Amino acid sequence: MGPGVAWYLTVAGFLFATGALGVLLRRNPLIVLLSLEIMLNGANLALIGFARNLGDGSGQIFALAVMAVAASEVVVGLGLVVAINRKRITLDVDRLNTLRG
Amino acid sequence: MLVATVGNVVVWAVWVVAAFACLGSGIAVVSFSNPFYSALALIGNLGSLAVLYLLLSAEFVAAAQVLVYAGAVMVMFLFVIAYIGPRSDSPWMGGPSWQAVGAVLAAGALLVEIVVVIGLKASGHLANSEKITSAFGSPAQIGRLFLTDHLLAFEITSIVLLVAAVGGVILGAHARRAAGEVPPL
Repeated sequence: MGPGVAWYLTVAGFLFATGALGVLLRRNPLIVLLSLEIMLNGANLALIGFARNLGDGSGQIFALAVMAVAASEVVVGLGLVVAINRKRITLDVDRLNTLRG
Repeated sequence: MLVATVGNVVVWAVWVVAAFACLGSGIAVVSFSNPFYSALALIGNLGSLAVLYLLLSAEFVAAAQVLVYAGAVMVMFLFVIAYIGPRSDSPWMGGPSWQAVGAVLAAGALLVEIVVVIGLKASGHLANSEKITSAFGSPAQIGRLFLTDHLLAFEITSIVLLVAAVGGVILGAHARRAAGEVPPL
């Protein structure tokens, strides 16, 4: 037997925490998006680990749906980054506060 | 017996290499100051995750991970980074220092929460995995599940992708009009 599912879940938890750290710490919106991908992949790893543990393929279906949502999120996020850049606004998530009420 | 032991060692060795590559490249994504290097590190992260998926006998998801994520999504990222140009900021500088402290605290709290929740809710049945057949995770099984049990999720996914594509086109056109490159509608 190889490593148990608990080991995979440990890696998934650390990945999720690393991504959360990047989202909260970085101010470049591109790196925030990249860190978001790490969080999504941590969740995906946990889903596939549980799918293997329970012998149920539905977890893999869920992981594929997460992948599609991540691709959509990247399209919209990068579209926003390009639109902000074209308006010559500084790419800094701390300064993008014009929507603040 | 000997063959089984050797196979065991090989699986563990692959797991250790992939897991540490995964965590190391994840930390690299967060800590590089240049977004181009961060994107390259994320490609490494996605590749090592695909190896972990293979160890969990999720062959189709591993292939989709490499094709969709490490292929299409990351190419889009690299194009945008190249378009915007190098613009580096180091992770620990700029912004008030309480932000960095708060970010580290919040990420640590999330990690503790994940460990506690999984330990409380799932520790009972993590040790013994269910027996699976060799068809588990194969494209045939995934396709059958997608078109029978999870048909609604499949269709909703297509709508989500369509909305994202239309949104990307609208955002791009709006940005070009705002910059005066094409006349307004």
